[in-house]
Amino acid sequence: MADPTAPEPVIRLQDLTRVYQMGDTEVRALDGVSIDVSPGEFLAVMGPSGSGKSTFMNIVGCLDRPTSGTYVLEGIDVSTLDRNERAEIRNDKIGFVFQSFNLLARTSALENVELPLLYSRKHRLTDAEQLVKARGCLGKVGLAERWDHTPAQLSGGQQQRVAVARALVNDPAIMLADEPTGNLDSKTSDEIMGIFQSLNEEGKTVVLITHEHDIAEYARRVVAFRDGRIVADEVVSNRRSAKGAR
Amino acid sequence: MTKTTSILKVAFRAMGRNKMRSLLTALGIIIGVACVVATIGIGEGARVQAESQLQSLGTNFLMIFPGTTTSSGARSGWGSNSKLSEQDVDAIRQEVSSVSYVSASIRSVAQVVYGNQNWSTSIQGGEVDWPAIRSWNVAEGQFFTDADNRAAAKVCVLGRTVATTLFGDEDPVGKMIRIKNIPFRVVGVLEAKGGSMMGQDQDDTVIAPYQTVRKKIMGTTSVGMIMTAVSTPDLVLQAQEEISALLRQRHKINKAAGQEDDFMIRSQTEMLAQAEQQSRTMAVLLWSIAGVSLLVGGIGIMNIMLVSVTERTREIGVRMAIGAKGADIRAQFLVEAVVLAVAGGILGIGLGVGIQQAVAKFAGWPVLVSTSSVSLAFLFSALIGVTFGFYPALKASRLDPIEALRYE
Repeated sequence: MADPTAPEPVIRLQDLTRVYQMGDTEVRALDGVSIDVSPGEFLAVMGPSGSGKSTFMNIVGCLDRPTSGTYVLEGIDVSTLDRNERAEIRNDKIGFVFQSFNLLARTSALENVELPLLYSRKHRLTDAEQLVKARGCLGKVGLAERWDHTPAQLSGGQQQRVAVARALVNDPAIMLADEPTGNLDSKTSDEIMGIFQSLNEEGKTVVLITHEHDIAEYARRVVAFRDGRIVADEVVSNRRSAKGAR
Repeated sequence: MTKTTSILKVAFRAMGRNKMRSLLTALGIIIGVACVVATIGIGEGARVQAESQLQSLGTNFLMIFPGTTTSSGARSGWGSNSKLSEQDVDAIRQEVSSVSYVSASIRSVAQVVYGNQNWSTSIQGGEVDWPAIRSWNVAEGQFFTDADNRAAAKVCVLGRTVATTLFGDEDPVGKMIRIKNIPFRVVGVLEAKGGSMMGQDQDDTVIAPYQTVRKKIMGTTSVGMIMTAVSTPDLVLQAQEEISALLRQRHKINKAAGQEDDFMIRSQTEMLAQAEQQSRTMAVLLWSIAGVSLLVGGIGIMNIMLVSVTERTREIGVRMAIGAKGADIRAQFLVEAVVLAVAGGILGIGLGVGIQQAVAKFAGWPVLVSTSSVSLAFLFSALIGVTFGFYPALKASRLDPIEALRYE
């Protein structure tokens, strides 16, 4: 599986299992998953509900720990880290984008984007540096003008752009997007996917969790989950390109 | 924006979001803190007043009263049949070394006349040590002498109120007045002393030599009471014991055989202790009210913080997902509880000071707004915020980020 000429993978999962105890029955949400994701990849993870893709996302996002197997993220074995260590990894290396945006209410777009910087231990930035960084990220998603708007004053697509800017602000190793277009109409979905595509073209590694085929087609590589296993891993042949991609 | 300013900003935003709810939550703290501030202020004021009044009575002051007497099984009240004699006074003067000043004393009420003015006032008989014992000096003229006392001379010293009432602007020294129709020469006027603890005007009095009052005005042989003073407060207890022993010996009272004293000794320290006991009872009462409302207020804060943690589960999940550690979440909710409690505390301090001012205005009590009571109240409310905010904050910090993100 490991190609010696390929660059060091960003994500390397080896024989990963995650078992939940539901009363008397054991549920194997992940059952021996192994996968490498190289830097600059745009990976879509597909599968019906109960296939294990949410568990996969939780573990890749360092929100959860595997029952067995190893997970190496940018050369660090994160499968045995404790709560606080995982919080630091999430802050430093993972940029989350959620289906329901999850911005803080009554808080300006700029403050929402700044939030990960406040919890950062690595980069101790001055107020001015934070501001420059947060404004820069808002600019990347085309919302520089609306920095002082609260979520209630923004449309769904705009809110998701703020969420993308928030995920970008700590310059993470991977962007982890969980059904990012699930609450958006198709035109806005296309815009958001365009942002992910242009970020990917700049070199960002993107992992997209979705159950929609046409959304998965924006990615370069698709893996399909079923019953806790990877059942397909292929390159997207007829890749879609967002109309709004810059 | 630093983490601290961000936490504070979020805390104030959370408080402002539900203004009515925050106010009601803080009400317990407001009442409790107002109670603490008012209690300390009123208590301090009362204590200072009581102390200054006792101080004005004369320092290191001991009074010996004739006590209850028992004849044929019938007990009569104090003073009804005085067993104190002039020989007792002399004995104390000569034998009790701890006592610096001694004066026999007697008291009556009589009409005093000067010209066409008359005034009914208290006539006190005393000896030359009287001004020293009461720490009450003559402002004009002079006090009468020991010779005046022995000769039962018809001289007197006026209290300030009597002097003003009878003489107006005139200088009373050297003038003749009539007490119970007997002519007396005024030799001096006392300094103004003000009201006593019981609210009497202490300046409404006339002092004359003990022997003069006893023989000429009252026509009695017994001593009303004996006033003594010691040089330092440490000697009060010793003097009390020595005087008791001496009087028991002289009156042939066998305490061991169960016989009761026929005299009572009252010291200033005793009266001070009594006054302190009273204000302490009052303070205990108010402190319990304060304690209960602070406890109830704290529980209210805990309750509302638990509601807030539930309401904001999703927000907690998001914060955790983007890198907040348990300690960050804990600090956030702890600060919110403290902000709520301290805001209540500040309102409570305002209310407490208002109550103090109202009490001062309408009840005429002296009130002290001390910085110590204000800072104590402030500290208290912050402490309550921490104590009762800790459990909700801990609960928030222990949420599972996956569950919290999924919470609807």
